[in-house]
Amino acid sequence: MQYKSQAVAKPYFIAAIALFTGQILFGLIMGLQYVIGDFLFPTIPFNVARMVHTNLLIVWLLFGFMGAAYYMIPEETETELFSPKLALAMFWIFLVAGALTIVGYLTVPYATLAKLTGNDILATMGREFLEQPLLTKVGIVIVALAFLFNLTMTMLKGRKTSIGLVLMMGLWGLAIFFLFSFYNPHNLVLDKFFWWWVVHLWVEGVWELILGALLAFVLIKVTGVDREVIEKWLYVIITLTLITGIIGTGHHYFWIGTPEYWQWWGSIFSALEPIPFFAMTVFAFNMVNRRRRDHPNKAATLWALGTGVMSFLGAGVWGFLHTLAPVNYYTHGTQVTAAHGHMAFYGAYAMVVLCIISYAMPILRGRAANSPKAQVMEMWSFWLMTVSMVFITLFLTAAGILQVWLQRFSDTPISFMAAQDQISLFYWMREWAGVVFLVGLLVYIASFFVKGENDTASA
Amino acid sequence: MSGTFTKSMARNIFYGGTVFFVLLFLALSFDTMKVIPKRDNRENLTEAVINGKKLWEVNNCIGCHSLLGEGAYFAPELGNVYTRRGPEFIKAWIQAMPTGAPGRRQMPNFGFTDKELDDLVEFFKYSSEINTANWPPNIEG
Repeated sequence: MQYKSQAVAKPYFIAAIALFTGQILFGLIMGLQYVIGDFLFPTIPFNVARMVHTNLLIVWLLFGFMGAAYYMIPEETETELFSPKLALAMFWIFLVAGALTIVGYLTVPYATLAKLTGNDILATMGREFLEQPLLTKVGIVIVALAFLFNLTMTMLKGRKTSIGLVLMMGLWGLAIFFLFSFYNPHNLVLDKFFWWWVVHLWVEGVWELILGALLAFVLIKVTGVDREVIEKWLYVIITLTLITGIIGTGHHYFWIGTPEYWQWWGSIFSALEPIPFFAMTVFAFNMVNRRRRDHPNKAATLWALGTGVMSFLGAGVWGFLHTLAPVNYYTHGTQVTAAHGHMAFYGAYAMVVLCIISYAMPILRGRAANSPKAQVMEMWSFWLMTVSMVFITLFLTAAGILQVWLQRFSDTPISFMAAQDQISLFYWMREWAGVVFLVGLLVYIASFFVKGENDTASA
Repeated sequence: MSGTFTKSMARNIFYGGTVFFVLLFLALSFDTMKVIPKRDNRENLTEAVINGKKLWEVNNCIGCHSLLGEGAYFAPELGNVYTRRGPEFIKAWIQAMPTGAPGRRQMPNFGFTDKELDDLVEFFKYSSEINTANWPPNIEG
């Protein structure tokens, strides 16, 4: 560790992994409810399980991004963090607020929670992914502002690299677009229109800047390729991201009451969205091939290559699959969407956070890399999780195509629930693939406790 | 990626391109705001509809159902449920929950009053009259 204050990243990473585990457990509950409808009803109804599953995802990725930023920014700026104490205080505030929110979801009916937490003052709850009570939303803004203040002050007193700047732009963008979650007009079309300014402009906009910066940082470290080259690639990738992704928002404006010209804008620009992801894959492989050093942390390199490939497949290919308006007319709001969502989030964001954790955690624990034995175990977890996610995606895609056929495309369309019964085999297979994913995650966690020899391998 | 194409050129293209597309997006959004009053059925945003939307939100209906195709995919699309089922069926259905049928997906009972049920139905009616470019493809949603 080059700078003492980088140590604040450690609790963020540990919390991220713990919450990730919670996310997967609730995913398995939901997956089972798809086939055994009354499983855990009425203790944990599906909507509660889903809210916990998706909110934990968002929160653990945020913990991961914050940990990554606290780790990277001192090294990039070549100076200690402005205030490590503030960073630690924000960690506990965010963790406690997050935990209380989840406990609230699980113990109190949602309508009661809304009443208790001031939703009548400003109604923001009950919209997908933005279900958090007003208090939690305000808490997120406070934590984000303190976090950005801390990092911006660090940045101002130190070296300003392109990676640092891109990361900060991504994080500022994340905070700014979250403010649209406070805007909830009565008009459903306006509500949906601006809801996407949070959701789409996060995951297909500013989060990709964060993704690019994290990946570029790890690639510089593990390959030793010249910073000028890597940062040039980074700019090219994020340029492609934003020139396709911003207008690409239009692919959500096909069927929600917005003007029909969005079918053209959305189809054309979002059809180009795979390009930056493809560039990212080529980038990762290119840099590893041109490496000037053999870093002892092979696992981190594997995650870096993996996130390139899987984000291209999940976000790029599976996104393109249903993004053209004439196709989306049939697939909109089916399991095809769910398939895309799973692989895209895993490939782009879960994997890049696991990548930076894989690189940084050994250093935070006082060694350049883990023992070969621990790394082999971590690589096993990589393959278990990644391959099972591929299967989850394939099974959901099959379910989605059948659903479209039975319910929307055939000459004699059947009802939603009748169609669900027909495709339950694929839901079963998805659930088993999910069990393998959990095994992979447990192997991943276990890899942190493997000692092995050669602990002090030097970089 | 080599030769004369430098990092500062890449950076300038990034800033220029981003600003251009942000402005284009804002222009399109601005135009959308001018056009949608003809499509979004705002003339029917009554007190009942507004209250129905709030009930929809505070009971987290989107956690199982989709509305205009957005939400969860565990239970049927409700953007067009008004035309698919009609007001009386919707109210009776909500009140009859949960069915308790073994192994079947269950919907909680929310204990709505008669007025709340009416407001929800008004919200579904309003939603079904938004111009969604003929989506969904058929009545099954």
